[in-house]
Amino acid sequence: METVTLTIKNQPELYLEADTISPDTFAGKKTEEIVDLPVYIGKEPHRLGDFFEVAGRTGATPAETKIVVNGDLSRVKYIGMKMTDGEVVVNGDADMYVGAWMQGGKITVNGNVDAFAGTGMKGGEIVIKGNAGNYLGAAYRGDWRGMQGGKITVMGNAGSDIGTFMNGGEIVVGGDVDVHVATHAEGGRIVVKGNAKSRLGGQMVEGEIYVFGSIDRMMPGFAYREDVDLEVDGTKGRFALYEGDLGERHRKRKGQTIYGKLYQQIQA
Amino acid sequence: MAEYLIKNGFVFDPVLGIRGDATDIAIKDGKIVEADAVKNPKVVDATGKTVMAGGVDIHAHVAGPKVNMGRNFRPEDKLFGYKPGHGIERMQGGFSVPTTIRTGYTYAHMGYTTVMEAAMPPLYARHTHEEMRDTPILDQGAYPVFGNNWFVLEYLKNHEIENTAAYIAWLLRATKGYAVKVVNPGGTEAWAWGLNCENIHDPVPYFDITPAEIVKGLIEANEYLGLPHSMHVHTNNLGNPGNYTTTLDTFKLSEGLKPNSRFGRDQVMHHTHVQFHSYGGDSWANVDSRAKEIMDYVNSHDNITIDMGQVTLDETTTMTADGPFEHHLTELNHLKWANADVELETGSGVVPYIYSPNIKVCGIQWAIGLELALLAKDPMRVFLTTDHPNAGPFFRYPRIMKWLMSTEARKQQFDALKYRDKVIDATNLAGIDRELDLYEIAQMTRAGPAKALGLSHMYGGLAPGLEADVAVFDFNPNKPYAPDDIEKAFSNARCLFKSGVQIINDGEIVSNGNKRTLWVNAHVNENPQVMRDVKEKFLRYYTVTLNNYEVTGHYLQNPYVIEVDATQ
Repeated sequence: METVTLTIKNQPELYLEADTISPDTFAGKKTEEIVDLPVYIGKEPHRLGDFFEVAGRTGATPAETKIVVNGDLSRVKYIGMKMTDGEVVVNGDADMYVGAWMQGGKITVNGNVDAFAGTGMKGGEIVIKGNAGNYLGAAYRGDWRGMQGGKITVMGNAGSDIGTFMNGGEIVVGGDVDVHVATHAEGGRIVVKGNAKSRLGGQMVEGEIYVFGSIDRMMPGFAYREDVDLEVDGTKGRFALYEGDLGERHRKRKGQTIYGKLYQQIQA
Repeated sequence: MAEYLIKNGFVFDPVLGIRGDATDIAIKDGKIVEADAVKNPKVVDATGKTVMAGGVDIHAHVAGPKVNMGRNFRPEDKLFGYKPGHGIERMQGGFSVPTTIRTGYTYAHMGYTTVMEAAMPPLYARHTHEEMRDTPILDQGAYPVFGNNWFVLEYLKNHEIENTAAYIAWLLRATKGYAVKVVNPGGTEAWAWGLNCENIHDPVPYFDITPAEIVKGLIEANEYLGLPHSMHVHTNNLGNPGNYTTTLDTFKLSEGLKPNSRFGRDQVMHHTHVQFHSYGGDSWANVDSRAKEIMDYVNSHDNITIDMGQVTLDETTTMTADGPFEHHLTELNHLKWANADVELETGSGVVPYIYSPNIKVCGIQWAIGLELALLAKDPMRVFLTTDHPNAGPFFRYPRIMKWLMSTEARKQQFDALKYRDKVIDATNLAGIDRELDLYEIAQMTRAGPAKALGLSHMYGGLAPGLEADVAVFDFNPNKPYAPDDIEKAFSNARCLFKSGVQIINDGEIVSNGNKRTLWVNAHVNENPQVMRDVKEKFLRYYTVTLNNYEVTGHYLQNPYVIEVDATQ
């Protein structure tokens, strides 16, 4: 695997839309070509090289290409958007839409990300060493096709509305989450190792939510069923199983109605 | 104005009866003229290319509050689809519900120059006209909806044709409307009570009238006035298995009625998006095509015209004044739903829909639309539409032309259906080997709709005296071609003129045109009763006053009035 290093040299005055920072776009390109790739500030087109020093070399295919992005990227959006393979490492904080609509490969962020990371993600892996913003692994505004596959791991906390319209894949949050978890979900799995607040699983059709810590307030549409022993992401414990959202439509399989499942660990 | 001579193209024109002969078309002062009437024209060499009149779309949802509701509640429809401004071209966006700017440009690229907005809620006529005003290039008109309007229901339950006609004349003038549109007659009013009218004899709650009486009464009022277009109906029971009987029952309401119009049309009823109304069976499990039964009727009754409502197998946005149908649809596909009630007049709903080639019913719908056109004996009475955006976005018209013109293209699509054999069993299409030619396509997309709209004195052909709306396509019908060449050529007009102004040159938009809004000013004898009813209803029920209702002034930038005298 070949590595290209981007180091931010000029901070954009507003926000930079840099969906070209992706192994799919970089693969097979020379440094001069990468410098010339288009990025936008609002409707103004710019060159990637106007903001970044570019060094190193790319592989022939996305799979053989690794991109390392250094510096304060808190005004850079869409890093790794739609990537299908290869690797991106972000050494710093990134703005919105990291790994949005990603299909494969791996993104590691050694910092925090803003909202909409992993929006509509179909495959691959995102690891965020810091905190994630709102709408992690959610659907784009208006869309009903949220995260479909792949895995997102957040070491820190995540914001509100994670996994909205989630249909598949997995989100693991090491810390706490804000309100609205897996709203409208029809599949997938969310693990919250810290505490949750309220409105978990609102209008949830199917899917699983695991909470290791406290839940401030349960949705009235979730009913307690039973206690079960589980091993979740390497942690063994006893969990209370709730099913819901009882106000939402649900499919039947083999005569059984399939509900969304919310497991809360029972503290000894 | 500049003179043009479009030389030596293969001309397909039903008005002149030219079937692909190399002919010169001359343009002077915005009109088509005899080829020797131009002195020093700019010459467009159309050798080896196809030349047709500008296309005329009789039914599309391109402006107004429900179109905008579709835009507002589907941000995902715009995702990744923006095109920045370039030269004189303004920025464009949206897919199934494009911006007004993209709507104008995309129609122009397909060689279309006239597009009718198919459902205008009178109360929001101002909004509809604002959007049309912002749609470049195209001449447009809008059909106000009448089939659930309290005035109409109250007059027609006593069969008061003269009062209904006076009200229509007043409303066309107030809203600057073009024709009488009827959507799910009585059913949308019933929807305000959570109900529907499921067939044409199902009474409208609280109004003591049936859909059949509404439709027939509106035909009579339409002919009393002698409007350019006929009554334009989307009947009850749309989109349900077994609904073809409701459609045939609706057709039969026109029997014995003759057109009374000096605008040259032969029909008294236009039934729109008939694909959605041609289903047999009694459930989605056994739904099948009844296009044959439908077309047997249409072929043998020349006072009816129809349009296809062809499913294009795209992700799209459905939107209709048929409020109860949209609720039915959201219950089926569980996608988001918007609903609106328009006071005394109408209602509407909007739901996204994915016509997937992997779903059997979508394949059947795709086949039924094509059957309607391919079983048509008279292409002057069966028009190409998608009921944009309901069965698919309008920019797929060239793809539909490809399917109509090529059995090979149809076979390719059949092979791409997941349930090909089941679709073949439930439809007739696989057994139809007819391939339409460009002359028939010109009838279905130009001369036919122009005639049905009562606009054959302006549009739909290349005869001297008509508007100089001319499209040149990079397509040589005398050379071998692949099916996809048809779609490509008719998506990208090389050259387009609208009323003598060159809009497209070498495939690029070079002018934003001089768009006009057509409306019908029908003069009737003074009718104090109707005017008193109007004043009273506004006072008692409407949320706006009459002064805030009428479309005037800046809402109507470049009007083109068609005068009708119905005083007696």
